[in-house]
Amino acid sequence: MTAMNGAYGPVRRKEDARFIRGMGTFVDDIALPGMLHGAVLRSPLAHARIVSVDTTAAQAHPKVRAVITGDMLEQRKLAWMPTLSQDVQAVLATDKVRFQGQEVAFVVAEDRYSARDALELIDVEYEPLPVVVDATRALDPGAPVIRDDLARPPGNHIFDWSAGDQAATDAVFAAADVVVAQDMVYPRSHPAPLETCGTVAEMDPVSGKLTVWCTSQAPHAHRTLYSLVAGLPEHKIRIISPDIGGGFGNKVPIYPGYICAIVGSMLTGQPVKWVEDRSENLMSTAFARDYHMHGEIAASRDGRILGLRARVLADHGAFNGSAQPTNFPAGFFHIFTGSYDLQAAYCEVTGVYTNKAPGGVAYSCSFRIAEGVYLVERMVDLLAAELGRDPAELRMQNLLRPEQFPYTGPTGWEYDSGNYPHALQVALDLAGYPELRREQADKRERGEHMGIGLSFFTEGVGAGPRKHMDILGLGMNDGAALQVYPTGKAVLGISVQTQGQGHETTFAQIVAQELGLSPDDVEVVHGDTDRTPFGLGTYGSRSTPVSGAAAVVVARKVRDRARLIAAAMLEAAPDDLEWDGHRWQVRGDPEQGRTIAEIAMAARSSLELPDGVEGHLDAETVYNPPNLTYPYGAYICVTDVDPVTGEVAVRRFIAVDDCGVRINPMIVEGQVHGGLADGVGMALMQVITYDEAGNCLGGSFMDYLLPTSLECPSWELGETVTPCPHHPIGAKGVGESATVGSPAAVVNSVVDALRPFGVRHADMPLTPANVWSAIQGRPVRPGLAIK
Amino acid sequence: MVNGISYTREVEARLLLIHFLRDELRLTGSHWGCDTSNCGACVVWLDETPVKSCTVLAAMADGRRVRTVEGLAHGAELDPVQQGFAECHGLQCGFCTPGMMLTARWLLDHNPDPSAAEIREALSGQLCRCTGYENIVRSVRWAAKHEAATRAAGSGDGR
Amino acid sequence: MQVPAYVEYEKATSVEHALSLLARFGPEARILAGGHSLIPMMKLRLAQPETLVDINGLTELSYIEVSGTGAAPRPRTELRIGALTRHAQLLADPAVGAQFAILHDAEQVIADPIVRNWGTIGGSLCQADPSEDLSAAFAALKATMVIRYPGGSRTVPARDFHTGPYETVVAPGELLTEIRIAIRPGGGSAYAKVGRRVGDWPVGAAGSAVWLDGDPGAGRIAEAGIGLTAVGAEHFAAAEAEEFLRGAPATEDSFARAGQIAAEHCHPVSDQRGPADYKRHLARELTIRSLRRAVQRAQDGV
Repeated sequence: MTAMNGAYGPVRRKEDARFIRGMGTFVDDIALPGMLHGAVLRSPLAHARIVSVDTTAAQAHPKVRAVITGDMLEQRKLAWMPTLSQDVQAVLATDKVRFQGQEVAFVVAEDRYSARDALELIDVEYEPLPVVVDATRALDPGAPVIRDDLARPPGNHIFDWSAGDQAATDAVFAAADVVVAQDMVYPRSHPAPLETCGTVAEMDPVSGKLTVWCTSQAPHAHRTLYSLVAGLPEHKIRIISPDIGGGFGNKVPIYPGYICAIVGSMLTGQPVKWVEDRSENLMSTAFARDYHMHGEIAASRDGRILGLRARVLADHGAFNGSAQPTNFPAGFFHIFTGSYDLQAAYCEVTGVYTNKAPGGVAYSCSFRIAEGVYLVERMVDLLAAELGRDPAELRMQNLLRPEQFPYTGPTGWEYDSGNYPHALQVALDLAGYPELRREQADKRERGEHMGIGLSFFTEGVGAGPRKHMDILGLGMNDGAALQVYPTGKAVLGISVQTQGQGHETTFAQIVAQELGLSPDDVEVVHGDTDRTPFGLGTYGSRSTPVSGAAAVVVARKVRDRARLIAAAMLEAAPDDLEWDGHRWQVRGDPEQGRTIAEIAMAARSSLELPDGVEGHLDAETVYNPPNLTYPYGAYICVTDVDPVTGEVAVRRFIAVDDCGVRINPMIVEGQVHGGLADGVGMALMQVITYDEAGNCLGGSFMDYLLPTSLECPSWELGETVTPCPHHPIGAKGVGESATVGSPAAVVNSVVDALRPFGVRHADMPLTPANVWSAIQGRPVRPGLAIK
Repeated sequence: MVNGISYTREVEARLLLIHFLRDELRLTGSHWGCDTSNCGACVVWLDETPVKSCTVLAAMADGRRVRTVEGLAHGAELDPVQQGFAECHGLQCGFCTPGMMLTARWLLDHNPDPSAAEIREALSGQLCRCTGYENIVRSVRWAAKHEAATRAAGSGDGR
Repeated sequence: MQVPAYVEYEKATSVEHALSLLARFGPEARILAGGHSLIPMMKLRLAQPETLVDINGLTELSYIEVSGTGAAPRPRTELRIGALTRHAQLLADPAVGAQFAILHDAEQVIADPIVRNWGTIGGSLCQADPSEDLSAAFAALKATMVIRYPGGSRTVPARDFHTGPYETVVAPGELLTEIRIAIRPGGGSAYAKVGRRVGDWPVGAAGSAVWLDGDPGAGRIAEAGIGLTAVGAEHFAAAEAEEFLRGAPATEDSFARAGQIAAEHCHPVSDQRGPADYKRHLARELTIRSLRRAVQRAQDGV
């Protein structure tokens, strides 16, 4: 049963009270007595042997308390750390540096300015090596070998992975009337949360307990990893994620700076703070995308999409640090089959090393679904252009029908629910699609150019069932713990960690709804491993599908326990009681009812309880989701393009999302708004570019451009609600939907605008120069600097 | 003077105003998010003018008045801008929020009835990664309408 | 965030005091005005001055005035802008908007509203970034810079002010104090810029100032000034195109030809913002657009 009343609704956020007063506690706000400051010395070269590291002058600086090098870490077996992809990454370089910005040394000083000064006193001698930054050259014979630290065949190949039935797909393609092929790049991008990554590490020399405040989206996972890496028992490690200024996947991995700060605290006996600056964030932390894709779509002449094929070259940088479930090195890319009824599909992904920062899975990609959705939605538009069909009509013709659910796709995905044509129609109606096409035709006659682009996406979020989803062996289940105090107030501990998604409010609403309480009476505790149950953290839009489900389950456990106690209070049989949303009451006798608050007090009182019934209203659970959830949406973007200058303006963006039951529609809309801005940014301006020498040219916000209030239109949102059949309250999650679905809509819109100029495809970002170049017939390949 | 209180400190000339406020005075409500004066998380008022405090030396603020987010409220009473942000979900992670609110306050002081376009223009030097800006605009509009209603109520009652 | 290296600091109490501080601390001293060009460079440690001379207290350098009476002995009026004027003040000033709309057009697209609150006109000009919009705008207006030194001052045409990327004729020990623009009848101006995003440095930009011949309805350009930004134009100006426009009819054909000439005589460089041929294309197109607008404004008497 999913009630759309009670505690659900646009409840104002509880967490706002501190933020609007400037009283949040972010990592850099923390100041502990005797706290020291760390700074990282980074490599200026993309690939070089380290000849020597001389820290004498730095150590002599009057305010420096410690200087840590790779050699020192090596002695402690901490020079390398495991990544989330079963690779290893250097904490501080010992033999070589493998990307520009790689960590080479760490200074601990009395204040942040002195720490920065001391970096200049460290003398590192490098012997430059040849560089490879172009993923398409990484597998050339004779390409510089980056990972000579690994005992494996030399070369920059990481993995091959495939999904789908290759033979069946080849057969479909061979027999199809129409095949359209297109190369496309999803350029290297970066989540760039406004708060950079950082930590305050405090190793208590007496108790041996390590407390780490950290910008971590997954505090429990971090704790377990530190335990494995450092040999410290988990109960001696406490990770506290305080307020976090945005995560977007950037704050999932453990970064070398965190480990250095911990070691610094061990060496000095004092707390050590390390917070990276923006250039460090952009140049060394988890980047996103960098997928070089070749897509093919097969169809019949009458517009039926029959098959999809994709070959992908995945640039993982110098270390494979991407975060995705173990069995899926290319994440969930194989959901690239999208929202359509296909006969067959097949994809291959090859991962390679390059001399660039490590990462790949980040920026709200839902484990590479962003890449897959972009590919399929561009291919559908290319097919529409080839067939001379309207792209909305072509999609409507091919979308999965409601009666086809549950639907198993050709690469194994089991979509559980959806009414796709309805969502698309709602979007078309909101947009006034036929009027827009008329306007476009009129404008074209006058030499003005506007474009209308669509994107229909299916997400797969809420990882995931433990039988096939783990990260580093930790199954992707999450716990919840609920305690109801005698006065009827509740505390819910959850394992996921908010970075702005409003968990303190939505999770309170979930419990409030189940127990008939006010959300004000439910406090949500998160982020502190000493106070919360174990779980894998917040990313991949999993908070609502997994932790949200856990919260429901644990609240219902409490409610079921309350029934037994209420029965004792009312001297009735438990089976004679029914729940009316606020009370357990005797069926047929509404006078005889008890609220959770009354029951909580009674539980702790001297009330006699039957055998086997304990006197409390506390419960715990660990939730193992039976499947992912499948939010979906239909997006429409309207752009105006100046073909002379190449400038693009986003005039309108219509977004219809189905994320199942909406606990707090206000928060859901906010999530969508934010993701749509990502789409505009990625489509029009965001790219981390490298030059041939491996210099990162996107190391500041002067060159890594992010959208402002002026590039973003006033988003127009709509909704459909198709409850998730397996989630206890039918919710699906929505955190990444808009980031996943929107870039294709913007790109499709611009390409649509440029059709009179014969432009068939142009890669993101569609900067003015890139749009102009596409019109000249010289599309630009993004991510590598122009010679 | 910061939020009406006078402070005297000896600082290095190179100390940035944002660090002075945060580390020296422990007013951690103002944040920083970049190295190149782009993001605006550090916006505070300097002599009644919003500035990027990461690009101002503390020494340059000598003898001047600074206002930070901690000085927005009037004692226990929230400023209408703060109320607007809470009412309209104008914040998610809260990191850009202090700067956004201070610019919004300045805008409303000079233009009590700004259009959405004027609000977007005024905030165009400050980045938000969470909200997509729509609810920030709505928050400022809420504050504008709320203040207009308060003014109307105040002037219409004949007292 | 990155932080500057150690630096000494002095606060100037007058222009003379500032000059004497510059003399005392030598060439490693830098003027600190709004700091929005210098401090970012210092944070990245691309600039490491030994001493900063803070002139933010010199309110005598913050003004926007129209001077001259329009009659003998000062027949030509001038707009005079103090070097410490903040970008926001220039943008807000109605006299500036009325006389030289190009400056408002340019200011509207320089950086962002918050940076404009504190950054100064003088600071931007002295930073001499090849992508500085104001450099081209003042070049188009054929402005004059006033530079003070101990015991005197000198004037330098805007076009001679910049000698190369990040280099001006302001010598150590000197201070830019004022920018002057002659106000002449029949004028109109405009600026057009393409950037990758709002507030970005230009990929390419052009500013035009025209003075029409006698009766604006006659449609002849007496004199033109064209400034180009970020495309490697010498002295930020398109001198050959200006020469072409002298006495030319104010028509689309003239604009097109002027744009072509301007494009041919600049030296754009390929970089992350775009390839050289695209920038050359922008030089042409934006010259045309800004000329068109400038002429329109001159004809409207705006």
